[in-house]
Formats: sequence, structure tokens, C-alpha cells
Amino acid sequence: MLRTKLEPNKQSLLNKIHIDGYLLLGLLALMGVGLVTIYAAGGQDWHLIQRQLIRLGVAMAVMLTLAQIPPMAYQRLSIYFYVVGVLMLVGVLAFGVVGKGAQRWLDLGVFRFQPSEIMKLAVPMMVAWYIARFNLPPRTYHIFVGFVLVSVPTLLIAKQPDLGTSLLIASSGIFVLFLAGMRWKLIGIIAGLGSAFVPIMWFYLMQDYQKQRVITFMNPESDPLGAGYHIIQSKIAIGSGGLEGKGWLQGTQSQLEFLPERHTDFIFAVFSEEFGLIGVLGLLAIYAFIITRGLLIAMRAQEAYTKLLAGSITLTFFVYVFVNMGMVSGILPVVGVPLPLVSYGGTSMVTLLAGFGILMAISTQKRLLSR
Amino acid sequence: MPRQRITIKDHTAEANLFARRAFIAMIIVGVMLTVLISNLYYLQVTRHEDYQTRSNGNRIKVLPVAPNRGLIYDRNGTLLAENRPVFSLEVVPEDVEDLDATLAQLQQLLNISDEEIADFHKNLKRQRRFKPVSLRNRLQPTEVAIFSANQHKFSGVSVEARLTRHYPYGDVLTHVLGYVARINKKDLQKLAEADLEANYAATHDIGKQGVEKYHEARLHGEVGYQEVEVNSKGRIIRTLNFSPPVPGEDVVLNIDVRLQMEIQQALEGYRGSVVALDPRSGGVLALYSNPSYDPNLFVHGISSKNYRALLDSRNRPLINRATQGQYPPASTVKPLLALAGLDAGVITPDTSMMDYGRYQLKNVNHVWRDWQPWGHGKVNVTKAIEVSCDTFFYDLAYRLGIDRMNEAMTPFGFGDYTGIDLYEESDGNMPSRGWKRARFNQPWYIGDTIPVGIGQSFWTATPLQLAQAISILANRGEHFIPQIRRGSIVNDEVIIDEPKRRPPIVLQNESNWDVVLDAMYGTVNREHGGARKAFQGTTYISAGKTGTAQLFSIGQDEEYEEENVAEHLRDNAMYVGYAPYDDPEIVVAVALENAGGGGKNAAPIARRVMDYYFKDRTDMVQRDATQNGPEDSVN
Repeated sequence: MLRTKLEPNKQSLLNKIHIDGYLLLGLLALMGVGLVTIYAAGGQDWHLIQRQLIRLGVAMAVMLTLAQIPPMAYQRLSIYFYVVGVLMLVGVLAFGVVGKGAQRWLDLGVFRFQPSEIMKLAVPMMVAWYIARFNLPPRTYHIFVGFVLVSVPTLLIAKQPDLGTSLLIASSGIFVLFLAGMRWKLIGIIAGLGSAFVPIMWFYLMQDYQKQRVITFMNPESDPLGAGYHIIQSKIAIGSGGLEGKGWLQGTQSQLEFLPERHTDFIFAVFSEEFGLIGVLGLLAIYAFIITRGLLIAMRAQEAYTKLLAGSITLTFFVYVFVNMGMVSGILPVVGVPLPLVSYGGTSMVTLLAGFGILMAISTQKRLLSR
Repeated sequence: MPRQRITIKDHTAEANLFARRAFIAMIIVGVMLTVLISNLYYLQVTRHEDYQTRSNGNRIKVLPVAPNRGLIYDRNGTLLAENRPVFSLEVVPEDVEDLDATLAQLQQLLNISDEEIADFHKNLKRQRRFKPVSLRNRLQPTEVAIFSANQHKFSGVSVEARLTRHYPYGDVLTHVLGYVARINKKDLQKLAEADLEANYAATHDIGKQGVEKYHEARLHGEVGYQEVEVNSKGRIIRTLNFSPPVPGEDVVLNIDVRLQMEIQQALEGYRGSVVALDPRSGGVLALYSNPSYDPNLFVHGISSKNYRALLDSRNRPLINRATQGQYPPASTVKPLLALAGLDAGVITPDTSMMDYGRYQLKNVNHVWRDWQPWGHGKVNVTKAIEVSCDTFFYDLAYRLGIDRMNEAMTPFGFGDYTGIDLYEESDGNMPSRGWKRARFNQPWYIGDTIPVGIGQSFWTATPLQLAQAISILANRGEHFIPQIRRGSIVNDEVIIDEPKRRPPIVLQNESNWDVVLDAMYGTVNREHGGARKAFQGTTYISAGKTGTAQLFSIGQDEEYEEENVAEHLRDNAMYVGYAPYDDPEIVVAVALENAGGGGKNAAPIARRVMDYYFKDRTDMVQRDATQNGPEDSVN
């Protein structure tokens, strides 16, 4: 095969331990950028770096472990994952622990656990499993079922409320349907229905603080010291960074603590302030590289299930990037989405790298039989 | 498995479909990245400068730095007003872990009263958490030491030093120096009107009285600025730029503080004042009003109880009697009136009259009496001044009339502000027809004219005005404006200002000066002179004139208090004089309220002042040796 010829020999070693070299390279680059920026944003606190390193280590271990599992196993486990996940979401609403004004955690005694994180992977797996059972492109009926599969966890999570995560989960499911070849006509209808859903969201699903975020997003200067403060300070940080940036550790907006949530959700503002547009383009290039690689893996995958899952994971990853950068730079309302693999923080990091573990499994474990 | 078969069958088509969709997804990703990048380009390149400015606005704050107030020295270089550090105990609430516990511990350590704690809590509410709140304002040195030893136990609590004014001579110079005190709302309004707000941005105190007020502009200096970087909480991270304040001018006064202290002692027990001028420049050598008070009380905010006490005191310590006390000048102005008569030609040095102790006008019932019931016999102008004959001056007043008297006395500064560098000054009154019409809506009567001849009848003057008038006389017409400030210290060098002048008095006949000055010499030095006793045995030769004014206390609005009537009815004792006679260096005016006769009570104080002034001088000739110095013309 032409394809096997193109793949260099040295990759075969990594292939044996089921690691995709390109992906690994991109991910490590992002983590490096993340550590450097967290060091600056966190007031040069080594403690933060250590904790982030431990998290990265755990997440990498999860990724490498998941990469060893054959894709067929994921396909078989999809439905159980999904069902257990939905049950846990119901459990969260019933007995969940409240934190930061939202009910997201399930206290399992030993540790607190956020079931919505499982759903980030369980939803695309479930939808992909369901759609891949039939011929592609899927029929309208299958699309409808697919939407139901997406909606149940999305609404449960939106109810917690966690708008950012429900948005990510909804898109991960919809991406599967889109990649599966959902007809354009249907896409148009659903888009129309979706816009009709917006007022329902506004009046029944969104909490006051979320509505406030949207209002603030429309006009941040209306409340510069209150709700608009985040976004104004963030734009000042990005804008004052200019083309070349103020230099590492020289960002006054972050070093002097004008910027809120510097090392978590707003870390992109710190990065932009200190490294400028040139740095930002470099960072975007890394993301683009990872996304391209992900889509390439999806295209080369052998099964419909693996294709759809790999594509969805990759595109959801991009949604992370877009939503985070969009909100930090003021073109999207503030929803709590971290900058993937750069922001300081735990749970989402593990889920993200778990997703890449599955991608690596898809990339490296191919059945010769199907060729 | 049927499903698998179908899947295999459609595999290529599915792969192609997926590839198309993935490609479309790729394009959408590309479009969205372009949107992101163009927005970032807009922020970071197109609007970079705008955001750069806002970023700097966030982090850079300009803080004013107060200049050090100029010091005040007396003519001999003695420090009269200095800046001393005061220590205050300040608490930054944000940095204190357990505020209540800390306060309780401090209370025990430094004996802080519950009142102070209550005040602290009141101030605490008005301040932001990271700004210091003062717990005790004036720490004693021992308290500073006690706290310093225990400072490690109190995070967020510190002793801060600030410079405040201190007047080491206390009440000796109160009416000269005045004092500074905290800038109040009214001061702020005035500063705003003068567009000086910025210059006072960091200043705590402002001159409220005296030299401190009059020379505020010189003493204050120029505000400095500290450009600092602050964090989002407003806390200073570092200083970026510092343009230091320009300290205020160090000012040198004409005042001699030792002379001032001598006067204070001399006035012990009196309500009164003394002004000493240098007639050669108008320099104010001493200016003291008794009783006085400690100006340092006002610097740190006087307690309302203390302030009430000062305000309500019958002795009116707050008033500067030397410049604000308006007394009938009485006989002290006789030499000036004599000069007016001589120069107008209504009398000559030889004009004489018989004094039987009473003066009457044709067709007027009223009799004006001399202070000596049996009169002084034959008197000419010289003797009339020496013995202070009233009758002669009744007649002179009659001959001159009020218009000519007013015209002649105004150039000596009566009825007008002297222009001394103090805002606390009264203008006195030199009566005239127009004044009486305006004041009482009454015509001027001849009966009003006669007592003007002996310095009464609506005529009032401040001791400073008297000193100024005698200074002009001793200078034979040259008029210097009295000045407290002598000059300033510029680059460690005392720069003395040029004396300020007003147009001199030029007589028709310059020899008339001699006639009058000689009579003043006689008052002190000749046998029947009114001040002879007081000045017996001086090492210098002086000239002067006594005055004894009928009751006219400065507090015209005072309530009638029976127990004080007797004292209040007593005469004011006045004296004006200068020395040395032939080359005047010092003019002294003394005014004592309800003290009795001027020659007996005021003249000895003037002598004490002059004695002190000349005490170290060896160039003075003995009085006896020059007894005949000036023409001994007894007519």
C-alpha cells in the first residue's frame, strides 16, 4: 500500500507501544507552553508548577493506558459507558455536591467525581456506535435517535448548571452526526430548530449568572467593575501585548493581578500579553497541527465507528480552543471552558488526554484483515 | 452477520463520504481560526496603542509628595518654627490576621483607651482594607520604643513618621508666627479658587494665622510626585519615577526672640502689647500681645475644651492687641499734631499761651479741662509736649480744624492698614466729617474737634500704627512699611529684602521736625518731662511721649460685669519713644489696658525694652555727658 510506504520506519517503534509520534509531539509542545505560562500567571509559584506536572503525569498515564486498548473494545463498551454516565448525571442532580453555585460533583467517598467529564467521551462513543450500526449516510430516523442520545446528557448537564460542558458534549455528539454524512437539508432544519431553542434556553435553562454573562458579553463596558471586569481586563491584556508581547513575566495585567482567573480560564490573555500576536500565531499553529493530525487519523481509520469517534474527539478539541480563545478575546460570552492542555486544572485535562489516548489507539492499532 | 456484510460492501463509499465531511470540517475549522486570528489582530495590532494606554492607566498611579515647610528664623538665626517628626500607630487591616485580638493586645501594650478603639473602628469603615488606619496619632518616644520592641508580634501594624510644625518658643511668638493647622473645608475652597489644589495634594497643614498664614506661599514649597506601579488592589509595588518636592523657603524675621521674651516678662500681669520697630527699615524687632497662648495646641488640633477656654477668657488671648487692639492714641500723638500746627503756620515755635487748667470757646458752654487741674502756666509748643499740656492742644485743634488735622495725620498712617505682613490687623480710625456722616449720620461739631487735639474723640489707633507714626517722625518724614519678615535663606545665604516704602512726608519748613523731636527729647530728658523718671540713668539717649487714655477698652462688645467695673474704668497707659535720639535705631510703642497713667506704667516698660536692646552696646554715650547735646531750649 502506498500509505505504508509513506510511514517512516522509526515510527514503527512508537507504533509498537501504540503511541502516535506526531500527536505526542504536539501535545508535549502545548504542555510546555502551558507550564511556562502558568509559571508567569501564577506569580512564579513553583508549587503550582509541581501540581500541574503531577496532573500532567497522571493524565499522560491515562492516555498511554487507553492507547493500548483495541478500538473494537471501545466500540463494545460504548453503550455501557453511556448508560452508566447518564445514571450518574441523574445521581448528581439528586445527591450531588454543590460547589461554586453549581451541582456538578458526585461524592464517592474517596474522591469527588464529575460525571459530566465521562460524558465528554461517552456521548461521541455512544452516538458513533449507534450510527455506525447502519449504512452511512444515516437516515433521518437515525439522526433523530442520535439527537435524543445527545440531548439527554446535554440537558442534564445544562441543568447542573454547566453551560460550557453541555456545549462541548452537545457538539461532540453533533460532530458524529455531521461526519457521518447527515444531509444538508436536515442540518438546515436542525439549525432552524436550534435557533428556536435559544429562547427556551434563556427562559428555562439558564441561570441568572449565565444570563448576566451573556448580557455582559454583549456590552462589557456597561459594568466595568462588576460583571464586565473580566472581559475588559482580558482585552486590555491581549491588546497591550501587541505584536511582540511584553515579554515573559513582564505582563503587567497579569503580574499586577488586574486579570482575574489568570492561570485557569483566562490563561490565554496572559499568554497573549507576554508573547504578543507572534506568540499567539505560534500557539495556534500547534493547535492546528494537532487538529490536522487528528482528522488525518480519523480519515485513515478503518471502521466507521473509529472514523466518527476520532473525528468527533478532534473537532471537540477544536471547540475547546475556539470557545476559550473566543471568550477571552471578547467574541464569545464567558463560559467556563479552559484552554486545553495549557490552563491550570485537573479534571478536564485527564478527559482530554483520555480522548487523545483513544485517538492513538485508533491510529496505531489497525486490523490487517480489513485492508 | 448481515450488518457486517453491508458495512463491508459500502466501505469505500463511506470512507469517501467521511473524507468529504472531514474536509468540510477542516475548512470550517480554518474559517473559525481566521475569525479568531483577525480578532486578535484587531486587538493586538489595530488597537494596540489604545489598550497599551489602558494597561498603563491600570498600573501607573501618580502620588503627590508633600514638600517640607520652610523654617522660620529670627534676625539672629534662632529657629522659631521647625518641622518635627510625629509618630503615629497605623494599622493596615488587610495585613492583620485577627484584628480584634491585635487591637486588644495593642490596647494592653500601649494603654490605648476604648475611645481610641472606637474612633479607629469608625475610621476603619471609611477606608479601604489595604490603606492604613491610624490608631493613635501622637506617640510618645517611650511608646514608640515599646512598640518597636514588640513589633514582630504585630503584622500589619507599624509606626509611621510625619513632619509637623513645632514652635519651640510657644506663646512668646504666637501673635507673630501664628500657627499651622489641618487644612479644612474653607481652606480647600480658597486653594481651589487660587488654583493651588494640586500643590497641596499631599499637604496636611496650612498657615492659619500670623507669618505662617501671610507667607504661606513662600513657606509651603512645591509638591513633588512619585510615579508608582500599583497592583489591582491599589497597593504600591514599586516606584517608577520620582520628582522630588521643592521645599518651602526658609524665612528670616526682623524679630529678635530674646527681646520678645524680655517684653513677655515685662508685660506679665498686664493686658497690653508692645511693638518695637527699626525706623531705618520698618523691620519689626518685637511685637508681643499679652496674654498669649501656646500655638502648638492648634497644630495637633486643639481640644474643644481648650479652645472654649481661650475664646471665653475675659483677657482675650486670641486677639493680637499690637495690631488689632484699637485704642485712643491720647497724648502720644501730640508731637504729630504740633508738627501739623507748625507746618500749617497756625502756631510758631514761639507761640505761647497761658494754661489755667481749662479751655473754653466763645458761645460754647462746655469746658475742656487739662489733666492738671491748675494748669501748666505759660506754655509754648515745646513745653506743651514735654508736660503734655492739654489746653495748648485744645487750642491747636481749634485753630487747625478737623479737616486739616485729618489731612495731616493720614500720611502718618492713621485710619489705614500699615501693610505689615500679618492679616490680623485693624485699621483704626482717623475721624473726619465724612466719616462721622457715614457712621452716625451726624454733622461734625466743633465740640468733636477739640478733643482730637489730645488724641481722643473717635480717634483710635493700634499700637503698631502708633509705632509706625513715631517711626516716620523720628525719620523726619521717611515712611517704611513695618515688616516682620526680613528676608529668606537662599542657598545657605540670607538674602535681606529691600525695605518697603510709602511716599515720604515733606514739610513746608524742614526745621519743624527739629522743634517737635526736641520736645520729645525734653519729655524724657528735661526736668519737667513726663517720662523723665522712667528713663533716669539710661546708657542711651531716648525721646518719647507718654499718653493716658480715658477708658476705652478694646472689647467694645464686652458684657457689663460688676466685679470688673473698677478695673475697666481705669485709664489705658500708653507710651511711644525711640532711641538713640540722634540716630534712631528702635521705636517702641506700649499700650496697656486699664493700667493707669502712661508715664508711670507704660514708660518703664518701654525703657526696659530699650535697655535690653542696648544692653550689650558700648558705643552709647552716657546720658549725663550729653545732657546738653541737643539744644536745651527751655522757653
